[in-house]
Amino acid sequence: MTDGKFTGTNTYVATEDLEVAVNAAVTLERPILIKGEPGTGKTQLAVEVSSSLGKPLFEWHIKSTTKAQQGLYEYDAVARLRDSQLGDDRVNDIANYIVRGKIWEAFESEEQPVLLIDEVDKADIEFPNDLLRELDRMEFYVYETQQLVSARHRPIIVITSNNEKELPDAFLRRCFFHYIKFPDKETMESIINVHFPGLKKSLLSEALNAFYRVREVPGLKKKPSTSELLDWIKLLVTEDIPPEALRTDDSRKLIPPLYGALLKNEQDVHLFEQLLFLDRRSGAQ
Amino acid sequence: MLIPFFYLLRDGGVKTSITELLTLLEALQKGVAGQSVDDFYYLARTCLVKDESHLDRFDRIFAVYFNGVEDSFVDLLDDVPEEWLRSQVELLLSEEERAKIEALGGFEALMQALRQRLEEQEERHEGGNKWIGTAGTSPFGAYGYNPEGVRMGQQGSRNRSAVKVWDRREYRNLDDSIELGTRNIKVALRRLRKFAREGAADQLDLEDTIDKTARNAGLLDIRMVPERHNAVKVLLCLDVGGSMDDHVRVCEELFSAARSEFKHLEYFYFHNFVYESMWKDNRRRHAERIPTLDIIHKYGADYKLIFVGDATMSPYEIVYAGGSVEHWNEEPGAVWARRLLATYPKAIWLNPEPQHRWPHTPSVKLTREIMDERMFPLTVAGIDEGIKALH
Repeated sequence: MTDGKFTGTNTYVATEDLEVAVNAAVTLERPILIKGEPGTGKTQLAVEVSSSLGKPLFEWHIKSTTKAQQGLYEYDAVARLRDSQLGDDRVNDIANYIVRGKIWEAFESEEQPVLLIDEVDKADIEFPNDLLRELDRMEFYVYETQQLVSARHRPIIVITSNNEKELPDAFLRRCFFHYIKFPDKETMESIINVHFPGLKKSLLSEALNAFYRVREVPGLKKKPSTSELLDWIKLLVTEDIPPEALRTDDSRKLIPPLYGALLKNEQDVHLFEQLLFLDRRSGAQ
Repeated sequence: MLIPFFYLLRDGGVKTSITELLTLLEALQKGVAGQSVDDFYYLARTCLVKDESHLDRFDRIFAVYFNGVEDSFVDLLDDVPEEWLRSQVELLLSEEERAKIEALGGFEALMQALRQRLEEQEERHEGGNKWIGTAGTSPFGAYGYNPEGVRMGQQGSRNRSAVKVWDRREYRNLDDSIELGTRNIKVALRRLRKFAREGAADQLDLEDTIDKTARNAGLLDIRMVPERHNAVKVLLCLDVGGSMDDHVRVCEELFSAARSEFKHLEYFYFHNFVYESMWKDNRRRHAERIPTLDIIHKYGADYKLIFVGDATMSPYEIVYAGGSVEHWNEEPGAVWARRLLATYPKAIWLNPEPQHRWPHTPSVKLTREIMDERMFPLTVAGIDEGIKALH
C-alpha cells in the first residue's frame, strides 16, 4: 500500500470499480464525488483512503446551514467589535479575527492530506457553486487580509452526497464520479469477513440469505443496507443465535430474529408483523 | 478512437463535456487504468458519467460502441430496443433456428413472450442479483432472450466473464425516464421546492443587517432579502378510478409529496375528464360534489393548475355533451377544460402512462391539443419539464 495505490484495507472492501475511480482521483489530484444508498460506506471511504495511503484526514461535515465560506475562513466581526469597545490592542490587526476553516487547514497541511466534504447535498443549493474555484485551482483569497492562500499539496478530496439536491453541472465537471451500488452477495461476504473475521460459515450464509430475503420483500420503505446488516450480525453474535434459527424453506417465513436492527421504519416493522401474523395463521390451519 | 464514442454518448443523452473527455485522456496517459478492458470501462465511467441515472445509458452505449455495432445504435435510444433485438436475433439465427421460432408461434409471439420475460427480469433484478440470463432453460435460451443473452452466445468464450460488466446493466432501475419510485419521488420533490422559492429582495434581513453593521464598526448597514415564496398556490386535479387504478401508487406518492411541499394546495378528484363538478372525498363522491364554476370563482388566477390523469378514454367523453360515462353532462368536457385553462393560464397535465403509448390513444391526442401540448409523463424527468412549463 506504499506505492500510492488505493486497494481497500483490512477494514474496508473496495470493489474494482471503486478502486479505479479513487486511484484516478488520486493520480489526477481532482475531487471524487461518491453517491449511493445510505449505509453503503460513502463517508467511511475517506477514512479508509487516508489510512490506506497513510495521509492525514480533514473532515468537513455539511449541515443545512453551512456556507461555503465557512470551509475557507470566517471573519469574527462580533468579537472584533467587542474588543474595539473594550480597547483591546488585538483589534488593530484584522488577522486576529480570521478563523480558519477545514479547507484552509487542509491547504496548509505539511503533507498531502485527504479532505472529506461529507453530505454536500445537505447545504444550500448554491453551496457547490461557491466552491468551484477552490476545488479547481486549490486556492482562495482572504479579502480582509488581502492574502492568497493556495494549497501546499493538492489534497485528495472525497465528496459524498445523498442525492437530496441536484448538484450543478459545473461542479460535476470538476469531479470524478462513483456510484456505490448495493453490494452483491459475494462482495457482502467479504465485507462481513472483514468486520467479523471468526464468524461461522453457516451463520454467515444463513444471515446473508435472510438479509437478502428481507431486502426482496416488496413495499419496504427503507431497505436495510450494509451498515444495518453489520449491526444485525453483531447482535446475532452477542445473542448467540444459532444458524438454524435463520434457516427457512418456507418462502412465507420471512421474519428473521432481532429484525429491529434491520428495519428502521415503523411502517416496515408493521408490514413484517402482518406477514408474521398471516404466516402463523396459515401454519395453524 | 474515443472521439466518436464521445459524440455517441452525447447523442445518447449522457451529458458529458470536453473537459471530462480531456480528463479521461489525461488519466489514460498517466496509466490509471491497467491493461484490462474492465479497468478502462471503470475509468471512462468515473470520468464521463456524473449522474447515476445516466449510468445505464452509458453502459448500453459502451456495449454497442466497443462491440462495433454502431449502426444499430439509433434503435438503442428507445427504452425497449425491440427493433434492435429483432435485428440482432435475425442476424444471429440460422435458417433452422428461425424455423423453430415459427413453431413457437411466429416472431410476434416470441417478441411478446420476450418482453414479458424482460419485465419479469427487471422486477426480480431489483431485489436480488439474478440479472444474468439462464440460457438453456427457456425457449429463448438457445438464441438468447435479451441483448445479454444474444451476446452471451456470441462472445461467451472470448471473454473471461460470461457477461461483461457493462452488459449487466445493473443501473437500469436508476434511469430517470422510468416511473417514480420512493427514492425517485424525493428527487422530484426537490424540483418542486426549487420552484417554490423565488422573488425580489424586498424584506429586511435582520440577522445580516446586524452582522454587516458589526463589520462596519457600528455604522448601520441595511440588508434586504427576497420574500420567501414557498407559498406557491397549486390546484391539483386527480383522475381516479377506471384506467387510473394501475397508477394509484405513483399518484399517491406525487400527492403526498406535493402536499407537504405547498402551503396552498387544493386538490380535487375527477373521473376520466373534468366536467361541471368535482369532489374532494372519494367515498362520498356522489353526495358531495363541488361545482367547477365555484372552484374557478374561489381560487384566483395565481394558482397553478396541475392535472394528473392518464387521459385514456373514449374521445366522446371529451368532445360531446353527455359523453361522460358516469352521468349526463350538459356541456362537453373540452369546454370545461378550456374554461379552467382560461382562468389558470399556468397549467400542465401529468400523465402516468408511458409516453411512447400516447400516440396510440386518440383521447390523449385530444387532451394534448386542449392543453397546448403541455402534457408531461409522470416521471422525474417529466415533472422537471412540467415545472419549467409552469414558470
